[in-house]
Amino acid sequence: MSNGDRSFDLIVVGAGPAGIAAACSAAESGIHAAIVDNSAGPGGQIWRGESRTQNNREAASWYRRLTTSGVDILNATEVFDRRETGKISAESANNLCQLSYKKLIICTGARERFLPFPGWTLPNVIGAGGLQALVKSGLAVSGKKIVIAGSGPLLLAVAAYLTEHGADVRVIGEQAPWSRLARFSFSVVFQGRKVLQSFQLRRQLSGISYRAGCWVVEAEGNGRIESVTLRSGAKIWKEPCDYLACGFHLVPNTELAALLGCELRAGFVRVNDFQESSIAGIYCAGEPAGIGGLELSLVEGHIAGYAAAGQREKAQKYFGERRRLRRFADALQRTFALRNELSTLPGSDTIVCRCEDVSFGRLREYSSWRAAKLQTRCGMGPCQGRICGPAVEFLFGWKTESVRPPIFPVAAEMLAGGTGAERN
Amino acid sequence: MKPRSYDVAIIGAGIVGAACAEACASEGLRVGIVEADIIGGGATAAGMGHLVVMDDSEAQFSLTRYSQVLWQRLAAELPSDAEYESCGTIWVAADAGEMDAVRRKREYLQTRGVPAEVLDAKSLREAEPNLREGLAGGLLVPGDAVIYAPCAARFLIERAQSHGAQVHLPCVVTEIAADGLRLNDGSLIVARWIVNAAGTWSPELTAGIEVKKRKGHLVITDRYPGFVKHQLVELGYLKSAHSMTAESVAFNVQPRRTGQLLIGSSRQFEVGSKGIDANIMSRMLARAEEFLPGMGKLSTIRSWTGFRAATPDKLPLIGPLPARENLFLATGHEGLGITTSLATARLVADQLLQRASEIPAEPYLPARIPERVHV
Amino acid sequence: MSKTVSVAVNGTRVTVTEGTTALAAILMSGRPFVRRSVKGEPRGALCGMGVCFECRVTINGKRHSRSCMILCGQEMDIRTDE
Repeated sequence: MSNGDRSFDLIVVGAGPAGIAAACSAAESGIHAAIVDNSAGPGGQIWRGESRTQNNREAASWYRRLTTSGVDILNATEVFDRRETGKISAESANNLCQLSYKKLIICTGARERFLPFPGWTLPNVIGAGGLQALVKSGLAVSGKKIVIAGSGPLLLAVAAYLTEHGADVRVIGEQAPWSRLARFSFSVVFQGRKVLQSFQLRRQLSGISYRAGCWVVEAEGNGRIESVTLRSGAKIWKEPCDYLACGFHLVPNTELAALLGCELRAGFVRVNDFQESSIAGIYCAGEPAGIGGLELSLVEGHIAGYAAAGQREKAQKYFGERRRLRRFADALQRTFALRNELSTLPGSDTIVCRCEDVSFGRLREYSSWRAAKLQTRCGMGPCQGRICGPAVEFLFGWKTESVRPPIFPVAAEMLAGGTGAERN
Repeated sequence: MKPRSYDVAIIGAGIVGAACAEACASEGLRVGIVEADIIGGGATAAGMGHLVVMDDSEAQFSLTRYSQVLWQRLAAELPSDAEYESCGTIWVAADAGEMDAVRRKREYLQTRGVPAEVLDAKSLREAEPNLREGLAGGLLVPGDAVIYAPCAARFLIERAQSHGAQVHLPCVVTEIAADGLRLNDGSLIVARWIVNAAGTWSPELTAGIEVKKRKGHLVITDRYPGFVKHQLVELGYLKSAHSMTAESVAFNVQPRRTGQLLIGSSRQFEVGSKGIDANIMSRMLARAEEFLPGMGKLSTIRSWTGFRAATPDKLPLIGPLPARENLFLATGHEGLGITTSLATARLVADQLLQRASEIPAEPYLPARIPERVHV
Repeated sequence: MSKTVSVAVNGTRVTVTEGTTALAAILMSGRPFVRRSVKGEPRGALCGMGVCFECRVTINGKRHSRSCMILCGQEMDIRTDE
């Protein structure tokens, strides 16, 4: 047994809102639980760094609850394999940890969807959430000209955040048409808290041009981005900028669930009313079970945490709220659905697989993901299709396939289950 | 609608089927290739792509050497994505006993015209500084190479097509009929001769042939250019390849043109599942680490498995089935399918055209193995 | 006043506040890109959360480290592609 081996009744993988809610619910029910995350501290993406900076009241309150719940918090610990039933392998500071569990809750969140267009590989073309994460991690953007484009409510949240940090946000380009956004705003009226959020956002964003039916046609620059060509209806224009923050909504991180054998449906982890997957004892809450945002993640986290702790009645109390939030999430998905024009953006030379530099023109020659992958190496790089996979699914309708260990790259000795000394 | 009558119909567009298609089409035969999935999608996709001359038997030597020379001649015409690299092989000797084997190997190869050089401990360290201290030496075979097989298979198919061959893909064969191939939509592809090059699927179409699945694991690292410069194989590799026991591992590591390191090898019989077997993968990685101590720290990005088509006597099945004069086999290549694909194709073409081959064909004829079931 | 940390980016000293990632330190050092792609194109970070692998650099001798996931530590040695 290597010195990183630990045993728990319950392990929550992912310390974003869903994971935090799940861990708190379970621990407060008396379960010996751990929460594992590959970041330096809890919070996931939306509450990144909040455990340190305490800027967000809600996040700070949850963080307090987590640290007083008795949950073991394993930061900077990245799960990469499951060698035997009931035991996941993780890497922490170049050490191997084999973590045993009786129950598991997968709260691995989501990542941004990136769609290729000419120039998207230029330095300083970053995801919308990506740029926010960078600023939270120390990047200064005061006075920088930023164009935000793509799709989804995240664009607005990022615009507000960057503006707060002194950035000059030039324009927000949302690809969804006005007609769909207007219908969505109407439905927002029925979601109490969201109305308040949207009013706050509107105040913060006054002065910034928010254009619907608008998308990036090309990013230009020499060695880094210098300007963006945008299109909105018949209008095409160039916007000089220092950064382009560009993301198209979210894609669930289902790799761990797939590795464990959980059934996926339409790309999401299939769960029952108690957030339990197709494998008994393995639960899933938050984005991997369906993109739904912060509040739904918290609710699902509660349900999974209580259910895993055997507290089904407590879990059931959240079913109504989950139904309501799911409806809102579905409306969100419909509103921000990606338009077909986006699939016409990449040129023949536009890189689609960034790890292996495979262009759109090369991929177009193939009629299946597997053939394209074998012949061009698209998806064979370190990201293992996390970036190019959603792109080729949108561009060609290809479903990307099997997950193999390691889920994240690790040293060979980790994959082998420890150094020679540890194994003997 | 493609015409569906050929001189020869080849089942399988893996490296062996693709090579057969090219060899037959370039001789003017009308060729149809029928593939159930994608080009090079079976063992061709999973394997190491090592082009190696083997000396475990005359027959094995003959086939691998002949094929290796054919690859060397083809190298200049291969597209860059086939990544043909003449990196050579070093057979690594751990001790004095293995050094004796190295010297015998060199003798064997040299007398047959294959350049090979004995490396003492010092020269071995100079050739491969990342090998551990204390190894006795090795045998460098500079004519060996590595290749990225799926792209090579595609190239061979394209060459076949340039000579008029036609590819039916995806297209599932349900039955080898007397006059052609019955497909799962009920239709028939008519052919005078049929070549079963379906690898591990070949027994499904030709009952009774002794081809068993032999599972292997591989791991690939991120890019570390220069970490190793040659394909490195331990002398014990042959023990693993020849063993009839349930499972074994052997040190076999390959540098790719990308700078990534491909780490193998493992062998298991009787395993249907394609999933990673954590224990055997650990054993395989541990074995590799014994020879390359620094390898443990390299970042690995993916592992996968594949199935080799294995026969009882370690030699492939190349030639006509005794009971069926128009059905030929080109399968059962175990871990040497990529190496021997070109030679296999030549043998098949020679047999179809009824002319002598450059090497004796008898050791590979299916007739050598008594059939269990009449087809 | 928050604690500061001193790191070296390609040999140049950069002082950052505690909690800054290696990636942010690289960008603050003035280098416009982080990595060269396999075909030699200059690349910067994309996802900011450890899934795109565009931010890989060598940190304290360990190659292929995701700089967006690693907090600056005192005397950390960070090396990017040329």
